[in-house]
Amino acid sequence: MTTDELTALLARGGGMPQDAPARRHATAVASGAFTSAVLMALTLGVRADISQAALLPMFWLKLAFPGALAAACLVAVMRLSRPGAPLAAVPVLLALPVIAVWLVAAAALAQSEPALRPAMVFAPTWQSCPLLIAAFSVPPLIAALWALNGLAPTHLALAGGAAGLLAGTLGALAYALHCPEMAVPFAALWYPLGMLIPAAAGAMLGTALLRW
Amino acid sequence: MTVNSRAMAGRLREAGENFFSLACNLVPRPDEHLRELLLRGLGGDPAAYHGFLRELGAHLRALLRRRLTGMPDDVEDIVQETLLAVHNQRHTYNAAQPLTAWAGAIAKYKMTDFLRRHGRRERLTDPLDEVTELMHAKDDRAGEARRDIAILLDALPERQRLPIVHVKLEGRSVLEAARLTGMSVSAVKVGVHRGLRALAAKLRERT
Repeated sequence: MTTDELTALLARGGGMPQDAPARRHATAVASGAFTSAVLMALTLGVRADISQAALLPMFWLKLAFPGALAAACLVAVMRLSRPGAPLAAVPVLLALPVIAVWLVAAAALAQSEPALRPAMVFAPTWQSCPLLIAAFSVPPLIAALWALNGLAPTHLALAGGAAGLLAGTLGALAYALHCPEMAVPFAALWYPLGMLIPAAAGAMLGTALLRW
Repeated sequence: MTVNSRAMAGRLREAGENFFSLACNLVPRPDEHLRELLLRGLGGDPAAYHGFLRELGAHLRALLRRRLTGMPDDVEDIVQETLLAVHNQRHTYNAAQPLTAWAGAIAKYKMTDFLRRHGRRERLTDPLDEVTELMHAKDDRAGEARRDIAILLDALPERQRLPIVHVKLEGRSVLEAARLTGMSVSAVKVGVHRGLRALAAKLRERT
């Protein structure tokens, strides 16, 4: 088939609505977050004292941090799924929520008694927290990679990594509804570490699965 | 500097800016023209979309002939592969984005992918700057590709091959194709879409 024949073939019926990528990402995020939350509720269960916890600012900070990072990750994934989209702002967007939560954590540590500081980081659940966040990020990771698979990422490892980080933030959002710890330094350290596990997995899966 | 000469400098600068914007408007930018053709095509105008693919193909051919001087026989294959990719990924074009950035990134990705598959790593040491290079020149001398897409098309499963043959090759409507094949209208549309994506995957496998 010559190239002229190919262009003639492709040209028939080229109409296409341009909101398809946004709808695809929205479907992935909604279904991933929902599945992750249901999985958390069925296995660990929402913390029993949630109605009292919801009165404390720390409860909302633990949701706001992964929530803000999820929004930044979504921007990153959307940009990385379009060939040639500008990426310069993405690192800054991703860094802002992390820097903000680290500043709050540093302030909390500085204000507390030196003897109490280790307990604010190594609270009872520190060992399981990152692993559970990684576990709950599996459904959103599958969903985010599905979304990318129908689009056109040209930097496969970066796109997969951003999808993994997005999945990590959604896993952390679900886990935060169970997490009993109420110290900012705890969330500032172990939450991002948990999110980095699916991010690394996403980067590796991206290179293997996202070629087009 | 006196008040007078300052006013004069301001007027001169203004005149310079006016001349610049006038010059920009007078010289038609190929990017703007192609972008308009693509947007009309996405809106459902097949003639505009055909024009877009033809012109983009000519730009790609010129770019690849210039870049891949050592492998002239591969140029048409990469042009076809890139055009198929541009078509399959046309939903990822954002109207707010410069067309050259989008098409250039697809071309760069496909070219890199092709060279990687063929173990031609040494060519990649060249900085790839297709985004700005893409619109430099056109080459309308479409040649024969070495791989025949028609043969790959024959290897597709019927539910993808028949919709492509009826709708894309014979130019029938989706409704007619549905009647001829006994498939539903949405199955025909899905068949065309999946078939063209499968074709792109086969192009990558075979070479």
